[in-house]
Amino acid sequence: MSVALLAFYLFAAGVLTGGLFTVLSRNPVHSVLFLILAFFSASGLFVLLGAEFIAMLLLIVYVGAVAVLFLFVVMMLDVDFAELKGNMAQFLPAGLAIAVVLLLVLGLAFGDWHMSEGVSAARAAVTPEGTDNTAALGLLLYDQYFMIFQLAGLILLVAMIGAIVLTLRHRDGIKRQDVLQQMWRDPKDAMELKDVKPGQGL
Amino acid sequence: MIGLEHYLTVAAVLFVIGIFGLFLNRKNVIILLMSIELILLSVNINFVAFSSYLDDMAGQVFTLFILTVAAAEAAIGLAILVVFFRNRGTIDVEDVNVMKG
Repeated sequence: MSVALLAFYLFAAGVLTGGLFTVLSRNPVHSVLFLILAFFSASGLFVLLGAEFIAMLLLIVYVGAVAVLFLFVVMMLDVDFAELKGNMAQFLPAGLAIAVVLLLVLGLAFGDWHMSEGVSAARAAVTPEGTDNTAALGLLLYDQYFMIFQLAGLILLVAMIGAIVLTLRHRDGIKRQDVLQQMWRDPKDAMELKDVKPGQGL
Repeated sequence: MIGLEHYLTVAAVLFVIGIFGLFLNRKNVIILLMSIELILLSVNINFVAFSSYLDDMAGQVFTLFILTVAAAEAAIGLAILVVFFRNRGTIDVEDVNVMKG
């Protein structure tokens, strides 16, 4: 068994156990940690496939941002998770049945699956000779798919604004800094100069 | 030699696990969102596997866009979840129907 095959089985087992325990864990914090395991292993699979850039992106975006976001929300919300998990067994048979059926359907598709004849002629973007993965992806992304790339940026902008607008709230009874009010403050209105004579007071 | 079918099998099983999670955790929205992430991850594995075996970079470009949309979806979903929790004090999905008009 070659090293690559061994690594493949290791990463595949990581992805599948991570996914399974994400779904089955009773504690959502454990769920998020298993999700991170699944993402790590998937990025290992991507490295095995020669897609280094996507692998590193998966680590940065998914593990670094999305999973940590999940972790924040799970820890921030004071939810009684035991109550939510209460009737998990009620849905178990239906879920298992649907999973098995779906798996059989996918197995059916894989059983009679083959590449069509003209597949190598129909490729959209063959990697140019001598360029590595990241360079080839950049050449494609900033040239042929530039419009979609910009739209992806727009989607992220909209998502960011949406998330901020949804979660921002102004609570009463909190003292905030009002910069304009501070700038418009006039010394004449704010204080009064008194000439105090010695020994007399005001 | 690792064949294309190896990767497709892993992706298929991961997809089924994601669907299973959707059915199993009917009340907990956080785990529902995580299941959706798993499903998107399995789609990504399929894309990258085909891209690698056909030597066609377009698949990896689309993986990039799926990643973008998944990140945006997670952010918006969790924001909605936080607002819902603030209003209702629970994240039980079965309470969501109080919002119907």
